[in-house]
Amino acid sequence: MVDVRADELAIGESDDVVRVRQLVRDAAVELGFSIVDQTKVVTAASELARNTYTYGGGGRVRLERLNSGSRHGLRLTFEDDGPGIADIEQALRDGYTTGTGLGMGLGGARRLVNEFHIDSTPGAGTRIVATRWR
Amino acid sequence: MPETDRIPILKMGDLLLVTIQIDMHDRIAMQLQNDLTERIVSDHARGVLIDISSLEIVDSFIGRMLANIAAMSRVLDADTVVVGMRPAVAITLVELGLSLPDVRTALNVEQGMQLLAQSGKANGWPHDGRRSS
Repeated sequence: MVDVRADELAIGESDDVVRVRQLVRDAAVELGFSIVDQTKVVTAASELARNTYTYGGGGRVRLERLNSGSRHGLRLTFEDDGPGIADIEQALRDGYTTGTGLGMGLGGARRLVNEFHIDSTPGAGTRIVATRWR
Repeated sequence: MPETDRIPILKMGDLLLVTIQIDMHDRIAMQLQNDLTERIVSDHARGVLIDISSLEIVDSFIGRMLANIAAMSRVLDADTVVVGMRPAVAITLVELGLSLPDVRTALNVEQGMQLLAQSGKANGWPHDGRRSS
């Protein structure tokens, strides 16, 4: 797999959620994603960026444009040094929230991408990798 | 908060019209929710029409804002219709897990106005802004 180009953006304030959306949209357009695929990956990024800010206490996102033969994709890695997720299965369940949201963000984001992986250590932070192929 | 951080709310007869034309920060969405609730009361509005045709995404936060506005307006005896959702946004929203069951929708502004007029509450025309009740 060839990593074509990567961008990184800090998520330190709530307005950064909008910046993440814009960055992801630009990359998805550049990679030739269809309108539906653009919308899905930007929406997933918005959910994950908000989680990083709200529950992770801020962090960063890394965008990688993937080029694997004729396949093109976008890999988003969200990292924070927050409290971590004690029970990942529970956190992914629709309607479950420890905050004031709808509890649709994490499970919904997983449905909007092709590959989704969470690593989390309570007390040390969370790392979520989400990939959408064109 | 500066005025530029607000979404304008237009009054037309007994309707309030909102066109969301920017990628909203979460706090602008919260501000809109609060502003609309206050305007329904202060303007004696019977209907709220929200045009989201410029919105490229609706995530769970914006979805919740739309559901909240619909619920608050109902409690205040006004109807809310959300119009102009893009097809890709609708597909994504349902896949995300939000089908917004309590939010009334119409394809465009014209049909949204008709829906509000049919509900018997909002009149919708500035030259005849009588309350129908």
